[in-house]
Amino acid sequence: MNRLLDAYRTSIGKKFVVAVTGVILFLFVLGHMFGNLQIFVGAERLNAYAAFLQNLGELLWAVRTFLFLALVLHVMAITQLFFQNLGARPIKYRVKKTRETDLSARTMIYSGPAILAFLIYHLLHFTYGSVHSDFIHGDVYHNVISGFAIWWVSGIYILANILLGLHFKHGLWSWFQTLGFAHPKYNKWRTNFATFFAYLIIVGNVSMPVAVLAGWIQ
Amino acid sequence: MKLKLNIWRQKNREDRGEFVTYHLDDVNSHMSFLEMLDVLNQQLIEKGEQPVAFEHDCREGICGACGLVINGYPHGPEEGTTTCQLHMRHFKDGDEITIEPWRSKAFPVVKDLVVDRSSLDRLMQHGGFVSIRTGSAEDANNTLIPKEKSDLAMDAAECIGCGACVASCPNGAAMLFVSAKVSHFALLPQGQPERKRRAIQMVQAMQDEGFGACTNYRECEAVCPKRISINFIGMLNREFIKASVLSGAEKGGKYRSK
Ligand code: FES
Repeated sequence: MNRLLDAYRTSIGKKFVVAVTGVILFLFVLGHMFGNLQIFVGAERLNAYAAFLQNLGELLWAVRTFLFLALVLHVMAITQLFFQNLGARPIKYRVKKTRETDLSARTMIYSGPAILAFLIYHLLHFTYGSVHSDFIHGDVYHNVISGFAIWWVSGIYILANILLGLHFKHGLWSWFQTLGFAHPKYNKWRTNFATFFAYLIIVGNVSMPVAVLAGWIQ
Repeated sequence: MKLKLNIWRQKNREDRGEFVTYHLDDVNSHMSFLEMLDVLNQQLIEKGEQPVAFEHDCREGICGACGLVINGYPHGPEEGTTTCQLHMRHFKDGDEITIEPWRSKAFPVVKDLVVDRSSLDRLMQHGGFVSIRTGSAEDANNTLIPKEKSDLAMDAAECIGCGACVASCPNGAAMLFVSAKVSHFALLPQGQPERKRRAIQMVQAMQDEGFGACTNYRECEAVCPKRISINFIGMLNREFIKASVLSGAEKGGKYRSK
């Protein structure tokens, strides 16, 4: 145990936690997306899927607890790293340019908190229904359609999911690096993997509010 | 050519420091960047002013002393080169050039453009060596090392410890430097006895010296005058995780650096 705490004290130890929990959260987002895409099959299918999840009972809560812990660890470790980095350069450069850093890497620190805020909104909106104007418990299909029918609600979802994809683009690439799966042979594959899944998440999740707004599903 | 130089001037460690602008009229494009600064200093001395302090030694790109941040890039706009090997032909007549010291909590400014990089030496003291007896020079190929491994170890060993990786990193992390050292030894048989301890101690020392944490921006690799690859950072992560989480470290190792 002591050894693990000693490892956590270092930046690589914390990054390890960020990477592992990040992958867990990514897998959740991916599964969540595929589950929700059943909305295109129809109301019955989606509501049956929701009922199936609800009926898992204790297992559902076990998974929720697990995901919640992953989220807490992810945010905690990255917050500590953020403050470490803040202190590492007390005097800034007057002129500083970058060669490699891309948009997704540079915006991690903004996309992260934005996604967290969105997550809270999302839970209040579709899970608890407290910020939903027309919430019917158990009728997920109705809730999604009536929720996304409001243009600015859809706007929030679209924006948040673009940020989420951007976050994954750098996160998934970094994941390999942090856990040590870095090798010239696989590097190109890593970049493609991260980019593919980042866009998949964006396209998949954004398709739902767009489809509602466009009237493709109602 | 004519140049306008904005140079960071700072009398000593305590001084707050400021940018001072100088104009140089007769810069020869064949000069190296440091020779251009020599010319400036000669003029300052003749005027009775303090010359600009900057660090240099070999002036042939192998000692790592000469790091300056030039127009936002450590070692200047040319990739894969040190400041001393940068030539003025890469600049244009009338250019404005801003010259700053490495900025990092672990590299306090001593004077003007000179920083104290002894934090890198202290990292080395935590494992950047082998303590087994290797005896006097032996015959070539007495110790068999696969060609690919020795090539890779040489790639890592190219690091000249200039600190540009730290200076360029938006987080001020020293990962590229430490990864080069740890990988260099991990790849060679002489480095095996202390392999795990080295990875753990150097990484912990990095924390204690106030360096930042890598967030994979890849800026270090882009400015490294020796083009050390961030694949070595992947290797360092692997070494550290293996040593500290997946297996027991060697007995008697000092795990904490403080
Ligand atoms: S002075 Fe030695 S590397 Fe530049």
